[in-house]
Amino acid sequence: MPDDPAFVERLRAGDKEACATCVREHSTNVYNLALKLTGDPAAAEDVLQETFLSAFRAIARFEAKSQLSTWLYRIAYNAALMRLRRRQVETVSLDEPVEDGAGVPQPRDLADWSENPERAVLDAEMRRVMDEAVGALSETLKSVFVLRDVNGLSTAQTAQVLGLSEEAVKSRLLRARLALREKLSVYVAGRVAEAER
Amino acid sequence: MKSEACRHLLGQLSDYVDGEASQAICKEIEQHLAGCDNCRVVVDTLRKTVTLYRTRGPDPVPDDVQERLYRVLDLPDGV
Repeated sequence: MPDDPAFVERLRAGDKEACATCVREHSTNVYNLALKLTGDPAAAEDVLQETFLSAFRAIARFEAKSQLSTWLYRIAYNAALMRLRRRQVETVSLDEPVEDGAGVPQPRDLADWSENPERAVLDAEMRRVMDEAVGALSETLKSVFVLRDVNGLSTAQTAQVLGLSEEAVKSRLLRARLALREKLSVYVAGRVAEAER
Repeated sequence: MKSEACRHLLGQLSDYVDGEASQAICKEIEQHLAGCDNCRVVVDTLRKTVTLYRTRGPDPVPDDVQERLYRVLDLPDGV
């Protein structure tokens, strides 16, 4: 199993079965991180390939004090960032929530849809809205949100991947979640109003 | 979301919806929510937002992307 020292040794020895296991275990999360950060399937595929090529080439330098997954996501994050910078993508969203004096974004939409869209999550339109909302986040909020709430990493792992303190991860996560809540509130309220017409 | 108490609560919300806030903070938040409808809506819809994204989870890697990855890495697919 990944992170078992014997497994890492097999990776170091270039064991193809171990490499395939590593790809199977981590490719989905690596691909999603790259896709959400770049917003471009072709770039995400390049990052995916580059991540595993670099990782298997550099596995001798992997130190077992960090987790293999954390190490891989860090390589993927850096590769995605390089691509973003090369493309000179605008990194500050114009659509983040307004902030109060203490720097915490203030919620604007106060419609209560919490009892509502559980079944709608599988609906294609809702998925599109959810993706667009993540796509509109600034790069700094997006990376934290994807690692924590899409890929399911812990706060500590996310902090390690991004080279941030846990406090910074928590603060960015809150801002990302509040921004997404705002977008979904607007969409769901519109959908409810339409259904009631 | 105007009062100082609402603003204070906002800063603690992620930990609260993740179940990671201390007992004292949870108690403070719950007392506030009992008397503040706006904050209750924000907490409920924030929790729902997180649940929706977690329920959805990551997208699968498309089959053709996966195939090319195995080819580039010179790995037999489905070892």
